[in-house]
Amino acid sequence: MSRMTDLKHIRNFSIVAHIDHGKSTLADRLIQLTGTVAERDMKEQMLDAMDIERERGITIKANSVRIEYPAQDGETYVLNLIDTPGHVDFAYEVSRSMQAVEGSLLVVDSTQGVEAQTLANVYQAIDADHEIVPVLNKIDLPASEPERVKEQIEDVIGIDASEAVEISAKTGLGIPEVLEAIVQRLPAPQGTRDAPLKAMLVDSWYDIYLGVVVLIRVMDGVIRKGDQIKMMKTGATYKLDRLSVLRPAMKDIAELGPGEIGVFTASIKQVRDTKVGDTITHDKKPCDKALPGFKPSVPVVFCGLFPVDSAEFEDLRDAIEKLALNDASFSYEMETSAALGFGFRCGFLGLLHLEVIRDRIEREYDIELITTAPSVVYHLYMKDGEMKELHNPADMPDLTYVDHVEEPRIKATILVPDDYLGDVLKLCQERRGIQLDLTYVGGRAMVVYDLPLNEVVFDFYDRLKSITKGYASFDYQMTGYRQDNLVKMSVLVNDEPVDALSMMVHRDRAEMRGRAMCEKLKDLIPRHMFKIPIQAAIGGKVIARETLSALRKDVTAKCYGGDATRKKKLLEKQKAGKKKMRQFGKVDIPQEAFISALKMDS
Amino acid sequence: MKADWHAGGFGLYIHWPFCAAKCPYCDFNSHVSAQIDQAAWREAYLREIARLGRETEGRVLSSVYFGGGTPSLMEPETVAAILGEIGQYWPRANDIEITLEANPSSVEARRFAGYAEAGVNRVSLGVQALRDDDLKALGRLHDVPQARAALDVAKAHFGRVSFDLIYARQHQTLDDWRGELSEALDMAADHLSLYQLTIEPGTAFGDRYAVGKLRGLPDDDLGADMYELTQEMTRNAGFEAYEVSNHAMNGSVSRHNLVYWRYGDYAGIGPGAHGRLTIEGQKRATVATAAPGLWLRDVGGDGAESRSALSGPEQAAEYLMMGLRINEGISVSRYRALAGFGLDEGKVGALCDDGLLEFADDRVRTTQRGRMMLNAVIRELMV
Repeated sequence: MSRMTDLKHIRNFSIVAHIDHGKSTLADRLIQLTGTVAERDMKEQMLDAMDIERERGITIKANSVRIEYPAQDGETYVLNLIDTPGHVDFAYEVSRSMQAVEGSLLVVDSTQGVEAQTLANVYQAIDADHEIVPVLNKIDLPASEPERVKEQIEDVIGIDASEAVEISAKTGLGIPEVLEAIVQRLPAPQGTRDAPLKAMLVDSWYDIYLGVVVLIRVMDGVIRKGDQIKMMKTGATYKLDRLSVLRPAMKDIAELGPGEIGVFTASIKQVRDTKVGDTITHDKKPCDKALPGFKPSVPVVFCGLFPVDSAEFEDLRDAIEKLALNDASFSYEMETSAALGFGFRCGFLGLLHLEVIRDRIEREYDIELITTAPSVVYHLYMKDGEMKELHNPADMPDLTYVDHVEEPRIKATILVPDDYLGDVLKLCQERRGIQLDLTYVGGRAMVVYDLPLNEVVFDFYDRLKSITKGYASFDYQMTGYRQDNLVKMSVLVNDEPVDALSMMVHRDRAEMRGRAMCEKLKDLIPRHMFKIPIQAAIGGKVIARETLSALRKDVTAKCYGGDATRKKKLLEKQKAGKKKMRQFGKVDIPQEAFISALKMDS
Repeated sequence: MKADWHAGGFGLYIHWPFCAAKCPYCDFNSHVSAQIDQAAWREAYLREIARLGRETEGRVLSSVYFGGGTPSLMEPETVAAILGEIGQYWPRANDIEITLEANPSSVEARRFAGYAEAGVNRVSLGVQALRDDDLKALGRLHDVPQARAALDVAKAHFGRVSFDLIYARQHQTLDDWRGELSEALDMAADHLSLYQLTIEPGTAFGDRYAVGKLRGLPDDDLGADMYELTQEMTRNAGFEAYEVSNHAMNGSVSRHNLVYWRYGDYAGIGPGAHGRLTIEGQKRATVATAAPGLWLRDVGGDGAESRSALSGPEQAAEYLMMGLRINEGISVSRYRALAGFGLDEGKVGALCDDGLLEFADDRVRTTQRGRMMLNAVIRELMV
């Protein structure tokens, strides 16, 4: 494979789907059916390289694969799939990947129908002028209702679904029809081969063997191995070491022309040196106008990450710096906590992003972490007229200096079957939501709420899923800041304040949150040999209190000759577990308490 | 200077791995087998005894214990042959204790005379409960009348008889246990082992517990109340709680188990049996191949057992963990000699101040509260 492909034999596309609707399975089938990967090398979720992606069944980073497909018209086509994340946290990654392709497969589970996440992503595809081919998956299941779902697609999204392809990604049914539809119905890319090089930097990642790998889409011109290229925004120039296409493993190629998608390496040191959306051109013969580019993503959720073992602080710094190399949307600064010692205050795109980063630090760098409660960024308007950003509730200044506090708000869209609508409305009201819209589409309610981000950031999605038995879907976008009556609530365990548990709450909800927090902590803190008061307070005023009674008995009933080895190991393990807890005065608090304490059950 | 193990004595543990049925709470190495070739097993035990006998020949033997599994499924001839072979290698202490664990069923009670004749002088009966419904829930094959009858047979044949009960069972109240324990004390000979039900991972109960299907277990506070009630009632009946779960009248303590708790030497014979043996001045932890078939195959060669040397601090930690279970506690100087360093005096002092430990005349012991919190105490003192 060394020659580039002419435009009319290229199709570039992405797949839009709600989680679990079968996007990764469909991608696997396309790869399999076209023989892109040898059968023996096939594994599930081919395009999800990270362990976390495979385990959770989600896609986090964009990835790409080049498929060669001999179509029914006798011609062989090159199909480039850019796989994108589906989760709201990574919506930004979706939007830029969409710019690099001309069409989308809209995969909808024919037993479930359209979900909020599908909507958000399909609107991005429509915004990017994509041709969209609806694909109904899981058609083999008895609960499949293709006609109803087609109607829903037409009603809700407003695209023609009469020629939707009906498939079962699991059994392989309809996959050849999908391939034909890609060739027949999606447009070929456009571009001029003789023009100066203009390529879009779609994404980049760090590979420990290759350094920074850059995913590009060529718009005009030709890029070749050995070329001297220039990044138009940063002005940096590099010599191309290696040019490849992804199948999905890297296969070298001599050149890439208009419409083609591939990767290169060029001795680039950090992912931060590559600006996603930047335009890549030739240093000597640049194109005259850069692509529009994208606005950078901004972290919206912050939390503290501390090493369980304080001796690992430098290792943690190293891990965080390495991860940040590969993830420009992740920010960090050093933080000191009275309770937890030295750590980092980190910014994330959302909670899933937070969990992913935390998991990666623990797994890939083998550092055990304490994660403090996630918080949003508050705007503090000081009496002296200054505006300060508050990333950490523990840093909340004395109220006498603060004129007022503003918090970020979101516009949330929830799709839910009618049966659960009442519970969803109740949840949104409890979370200080203001209803903006309520309409019915295809037998389901679509609710739009204005909500404070701090009420959503923590466990809103879990609660929503639980009260609707998983039938609701949810998506949101940031709308701006608004003033409200917000106070800092602190928590005292055995009369010692635990700064890592302090949080910003609405004054009207403080008692309720305080009570819930104390009850939760009572369950989360193991019993000690003495009784422990747990209190929530605003300023000096205690607003909730619980008492954890003393543990009276902790002894192994049987311990004979054959038990000695095992029981000793168990005690040693328990002792090591105790070391992992944090000591506040005489009380040991397990790490999970710092996150779990904030989850609300009602 | 005498080797350290002399402070605890020397005993033999014989493990018979077969049961008629597997109990849902049991995490011991036990197997259910339709056909057992008693002759082959007898041969294997004799070979193992000879192998270990050659290594530790001449030690005064204070105890032999047949455990399991269900050793009352052994033919009395097998027990007799094993005890005969043991006599070839080790001189017996005058007051040697030879215990056999038995199920209190009528079938097994018929073998008691034969065991006594073979030399067994103490039995420990797995009565477990004095309520038929609970016996069923615990997976036991006997009922209460059978247990009472077996106990009477045992008392007629053996000088010393103990039985086990399990409490803090599903749906058991404090009053239920009070009534049952009172009946048990009326039946008891000179020894009782009273165990709080422990849910062990890898057992049928453990699996059910993990998925939330084991309901009605007492909470921590009721468990503590039951333990305290047990101490009070046994004490009032004249039993001394000489160990966490063991109660003896007139000094009829289990000498075999004291070898473990005093951290003496013991040889483990049989599938999965553990031992602690000081050989050439080095204490070693031994563990035999657990699967009965493999053990039977490998016995006689070097293959049936793995050994690992225990460092001084490891021995000290085991001594601490075992020794604090009994009334006499541990010797601070013996601990120091084993570990190469002393117990943390600050921690011992703090635990004494909290009313969990007592320290006098070179010995550290738990108080009643300290015994109830023993795991926390050991974790605190472990290095």
